[in-house]
Amino acid sequence: MAHDGTASPAGSGNTELVRVATSEHRLARYGLIAAALTFVALFLVLPLAAVFTEAMRNGPGEFLTVLSDPETFAAIRLTLLVAGIAVPLNLVFGIAAAWAIAKFEFKGKAFLTTLIDLPFSVSPVISGLVFVLLFGSHSLLGPWLQSHGIQILFAVPGIVLATVFVTFPFVARELIPLMQEQGTSDEEAALSLGASGWQTFWHVTLPNIKWGLLYGVLLCNARAMGEFGAVSVVSGHIRGLTNTMPLQVEILYNEYNFVAAFAVATLLALLALVTLVLKSLLEMKYSAQIAASRRH
Amino acid sequence: MTARTASLWQIRQPSVIPGFGLALGVTLSWLTLIILIPLSGLVWRSSALGWTTFWELATDQRTVNALRISFGTAFLAALINVVFGVILAWVLVRYRFPGKRVIDAMVDLPFALPTAVAGIALTTLYAPNGWIGSLLTPLGIKVAFTPLGIVFALVFVGLPFVVRTVQPIMEEIDKEVEEAAATLGANRLQTIRRVLLPGLSPAVLTGFALAFARGVGEYGSVIFIAGNLPYVSEIAPLLIVIRLEEFNYPAATAIAAVMLVISFAMLLIINMIQAWSRRRYGYGA
Amino acid sequence: MEVRVQNIRKEFGRFPALNDVSLDIRSGELIALLGPSGSGKTTLLRLIAGLESPTEGTVYFGNEDASRKTVQERNIGFVFQHYALFRHMTVLDNVSFGLTIRPAGRRPPKADIRKRALELLDLVQLSGLEKRYPAQLSGGQRQRVALARAMAVEPNVLLLDEPFGALDAQVRKELRRWLREIHDRTGHTTVFVTHDQDEALELADRVVVMSKGQIEQIGTPDEIYDTPNSPFVFGFIGQSNILPVRVENGQLWLEDRSIGVSAPGEADGPAQLYFRPHDIELLDGGGCIAGIVVQTRRVAGTRHVELDIGTANTKVEIELPPEKATSDRSRLAFRPTRWKLFRD
Repeated sequence: MAHDGTASPAGSGNTELVRVATSEHRLARYGLIAAALTFVALFLVLPLAAVFTEAMRNGPGEFLTVLSDPETFAAIRLTLLVAGIAVPLNLVFGIAAAWAIAKFEFKGKAFLTTLIDLPFSVSPVISGLVFVLLFGSHSLLGPWLQSHGIQILFAVPGIVLATVFVTFPFVARELIPLMQEQGTSDEEAALSLGASGWQTFWHVTLPNIKWGLLYGVLLCNARAMGEFGAVSVVSGHIRGLTNTMPLQVEILYNEYNFVAAFAVATLLALLALVTLVLKSLLEMKYSAQIAASRRH
Repeated sequence: MTARTASLWQIRQPSVIPGFGLALGVTLSWLTLIILIPLSGLVWRSSALGWTTFWELATDQRTVNALRISFGTAFLAALINVVFGVILAWVLVRYRFPGKRVIDAMVDLPFALPTAVAGIALTTLYAPNGWIGSLLTPLGIKVAFTPLGIVFALVFVGLPFVVRTVQPIMEEIDKEVEEAAATLGANRLQTIRRVLLPGLSPAVLTGFALAFARGVGEYGSVIFIAGNLPYVSEIAPLLIVIRLEEFNYPAATAIAAVMLVISFAMLLIINMIQAWSRRRYGYGA
Repeated sequence: MEVRVQNIRKEFGRFPALNDVSLDIRSGELIALLGPSGSGKTTLLRLIAGLESPTEGTVYFGNEDASRKTVQERNIGFVFQHYALFRHMTVLDNVSFGLTIRPAGRRPPKADIRKRALELLDLVQLSGLEKRYPAQLSGGQRQRVALARAMAVEPNVLLLDEPFGALDAQVRKELRRWLREIHDRTGHTTVFVTHDQDEALELADRVVVMSKGQIEQIGTPDEIYDTPNSPFVFGFIGQSNILPVRVENGQLWLEDRSIGVSAPGEADGPAQLYFRPHDIELLDGGGCIAGIVVQTRRVAGTRHVELDIGTANTKVEIELPPEKATSDRSRLAFRPTRWKLFRD
């Protein structure tokens, strides 16, 4: 039926004799919209605006000088490197996990799903701590690693491990509900036509899930590049060597070098904005091919 | 007979789809390597402490205060997020206004913006000389460098959890149910309070739990704004980091273990409430 | 209570859903709004309820203009197509809802509300299920809870939107009879919307046939079935045959043959002849419609015979007693005994 109760506040409600039963009074609507917008402004819009204004406080010249600093440059490179390793690893894992969980019925499936979600309920600091306990000099593995000259903590491998831990569920979580929804009939059809397992995956499954996959990768990447707590614990904060961009922001900020801190933060904020725009575009254009549950 | 025994011992139901072994193998190995071994390391290390030592470390006054602050502020922030998150979701689902699309997209900002950036931005904003802080100072309200600052940071971090959990359930509300309440004589407020909100409560509860769990563990956005005064505005994750920097691994392990246990217990309770709700009302969230 | 709808017009955007509709509903009557989807029947029901407001026109409850009253003030009972039960409330709480939310002055004491709700549950034969939640009930049980809930507020008028639409055929038939019983016992003025002619004809005191936002005919089930007053009603209700005929001097002609039907007083010219398959008599000759049997089907107590009458490829279906044996390709002649002419 055409009883669209969404009635815009400026809408046609006032020409009607009686108010639509499923809508609030006009003043209540305005009040709620005002409350929501104020809240969004205070907690989302203004912080974002603050990043950019603080970075430009002393003009674009200084902004650019800060960004061309070799330490900043090293941080950007490390961040890209870590994300470049962690995201593909979790991508492969995510596809494998979703394939096993969505396409088959087996014992312990619910438990496995819970385990995959585990990193979401662990504090980032604890995610870093577990690797310190595993590889630190006082741990079981520590002395052995040391005698063989393998450096994991306070080096790139540790940062990658912590990042992989934190971003572990992103791709799998996006793919599992999507692939469950799609069922197995397409794959069965391909197999019955004589396609091999890999052919079926490449030509049937992958095209069906590509936008959902991209969505998961997008979120995974945003977290991988922005992770702070876990990386902070395992990195050792060695300037120019083990500082990712978020860590660089912290160091600069704690040195009261605010403009520099916000300049680096600007890059991360831009990353966030690009992520949001791409995410919205994906949701708008391919909502059917992105899993119904968009929780994180 | 043989078929029956086979089905008893089979882990999975038969299927023509290939690749189960490979997919499950990759999944389990990766899960074990990245998640299970490191986490069990933590469990092993904390159990190696012995009960007395563990208890001493866990009940250390500074630790107790840090845990109390972490859980308390996360609880408060999740409550605030429930109120404003539900309002925001309602406004986004029900009303039309200019800029709605942008606002909807903005809700995910806390997911996308690195926590350290959020931390310094909120601090700048709510510091006594900041854009908003300077307006609050004359009123005697101090946000940055107080526990209130922690709450504000956690509100930022947790907001999308509530909105994104409640929003899809709100979109599915059957308009007939609201009309039914109206035909029975309920005014709008009664309909919202007695019909709509109770129907949303499983989703709201889930959103609350997710925001709360995230808030308890949050580190990056909090440490800048908190002031980090021991016993007053020092959160548990920060205390873990401090203990680690002191090479006091037993203490760090103990705090982490306590946090994990409480968080998992909470998740368990929430899951149970959800299962109960689904059994009884035929819906959960 | 008596309900009068006067010259109602309703537009959704530019689209007119109802066009100048007037209807008097007598107190205590059970009335059906019957029509295909898009005919405006549900819109009319929602207008009476106050869930929509008319673009033009008035709704009276008794002698009172109810048009400006909100749905809450109208005190109606509405049963929704999908029941719209409150799923977080027990059956008892659902039925009590309308009474418990009344302002303190008009609210009966708690014990009375409970008693009344239990009585209603007894009336709808759901005693013992008051502690269940809607999710734990069958479709038919939910439907009955919805009805009890609507009756709890002692409504001025009971409005039901496709009350059996979501049920299995079997349950549907049972509930239909049962609803009639409830109506006869409680005497509520009741309006229900349906697209199912059997439901309307079997259940209602009067049927309102609607099409394209207008009322085509109002009448008792017999009147509607036996004397449809428009081609739409003829076509929509029951089976009918349509033949292009010509009127000449009060006689009907099919192409160049007289069919033995006289229509005194009809003006000359082309017309459409409407008649029901069972309103015929078989003849041996003379003025009649004759055709060759194409197909016969036995449906329960009647034999349906399809005839090719050779005219403009028109096929006609007639109903005969089953003992009347006919073979394919045999020839039959008949004449409509009850019929109606419509002109374009």
